[in-house]
Amino acid sequence: MLVRCRRISKGRADGFALVSSTPISFFGMLDPKTGVIQERGHELYGCSVAGRVLVFPHGRGSTVGSYIIYQLAREGRAPSAMICKEAEPIVAVGAIMAGIPMVDRPESFSFEIGEWLEVDADRQTIRTRR
Amino acid sequence: MHLTRVEEQILAGEQGWVKQKAMEILVALGEIYSAERLIRVESAQVAGVSYKTIGDAGLDWLESLSSGRVQVPTTLNPAGMDLVEWRRMGVPEGFAEKQLRIVEAYKALGALPTCSCTPYLVGNRPSPGQHIAWSESSAVCYANSVLGAYTNREGGPSALASALLGRTPCYGYHLDENRAATVTVDVKTELANESSLSILGWWIGRTVGTGVPHIHGLKHTRGDGLKALAAGLATTGSIAMFHHDGETRPEAKTTGSSETRRHSFTEKDLRESTESLTTVRAENVDLVAFGCPHASLREIRKIASLLQGRRIRRGSKLWVFTSSQVKALARQEGVLASITASGAEVYADTCMVVAPLERIGFDTIGVNSAKAASYLPTTSNADVVFGNLRECLELVCPK
Repeated sequence: MLVRCRRISKGRADGFALVSSTPISFFGMLDPKTGVIQERGHELYGCSVAGRVLVFPHGRGSTVGSYIIYQLAREGRAPSAMICKEAEPIVAVGAIMAGIPMVDRPESFSFEIGEWLEVDADRQTIRTRR
Repeated sequence: MHLTRVEEQILAGEQGWVKQKAMEILVALGEIYSAERLIRVESAQVAGVSYKTIGDAGLDWLESLSSGRVQVPTTLNPAGMDLVEWRRMGVPEGFAEKQLRIVEAYKALGALPTCSCTPYLVGNRPSPGQHIAWSESSAVCYANSVLGAYTNREGGPSALASALLGRTPCYGYHLDENRAATVTVDVKTELANESSLSILGWWIGRTVGTGVPHIHGLKHTRGDGLKALAAGLATTGSIAMFHHDGETRPEAKTTGSSETRRHSFTEKDLRESTESLTTVRAENVDLVAFGCPHASLREIRKIASLLQGRRIRRGSKLWVFTSSQVKALARQEGVLASITASGAEVYADTCMVVAPLERIGFDTIGVNSAKAASYLPTTSNADVVFGNLRECLELVCPK
């Protein structure tokens, strides 16, 4: 299935989906050296974002989050791509700094954890295997 | 968003990687906020300077931009220490080394090493109607409301991107239609000093959250009071602009109908807000910190006169934070010497919110700023005693 979306940060990448139904704050919520979500009680507690297509409604929290996304990329622990329901500046700017493809406003927002996704920000599409 | 031919070329990388990255950031923000185009800015003010906030990742990012050059006058937000007297502050050597590298990286880009949240007091002062790209939230609120400049509340990287391109996406507070008042606040109590104005701001931010408040009944309208008010407003909400009696910006003439919500700020609100900012009842504190936002020369003179003939108690400290320029003026006037004679210190380039106070060893801190009071428990894991200037002085040098 091909899902149309909007480009936020250029490039294309694929990976298994890691889906959060709640907003994500990169600052404080995950370990910038490993990419593991360390906020107790979070639905993805203990999961690593490294190499995954990270799907979440939108970012939240401190603007330092942009730098954390950049640091994850430097450590090789960043998501391969990000999909948001609605982009906001903290994550968008972080994705551009880190060179991670990112899109938002997918025409349907029904991705499943573990499914293979191909994100092509340049063509503004997401391909699923369904 | 519509881009000019030159802007398209920059986006395509024809003017190098740094400008390309900066343009990608501005275009993404423009898309997110439905801007129609980019506009020129006259100055930039960039947050994300303290090593305590941006860490190794931030340092790495800034050093990776080394081939870039800012296109407009650009100043910086406070760093994590006084860039000259950091040893006296007790800042660890390792922290200082990284902090100096961050400032060097900004200087290499052409930014001025004015590390201050009050750039408008020391040279980076826009004229009415000028578009700028600033990121320090209190300075943004002051610039929009008191100076009549036009700026959104930028993040550190987006303000730097604007500095590198001399442009910003045109949305939000760059458009006249978004600068009219949306909510009315009636002040029904006497606000005697800067600390109560900072409380008013803090209360409005918490009560209305977002929008452009029109504040009625404000009698204290001097620069220092408005500086404190702007900082309070920007702390608890996303407020980036206000109007008050007598100084409503001409581009934002309010109509009764646009101000649908109305709130009153009473003596009780003032008292309850003041009490809620104190986290511990303490007779004495490790540190009293003034200068949030950075102290003006007038404020420093006042502190000096109140300290006349007094001595800071052993085991406590009094630090006043300001810009390096105001510190230099205070030194010339001799007020710096009269402050240090009491055992107090004046530090430049930094403040209590972004310096590593917890690593220096302060557990209980007295402040007269609602912004500092609301951040310190989180940023430095400290207990806070809130009071006005005189009450704070009593904490460290009882008469």
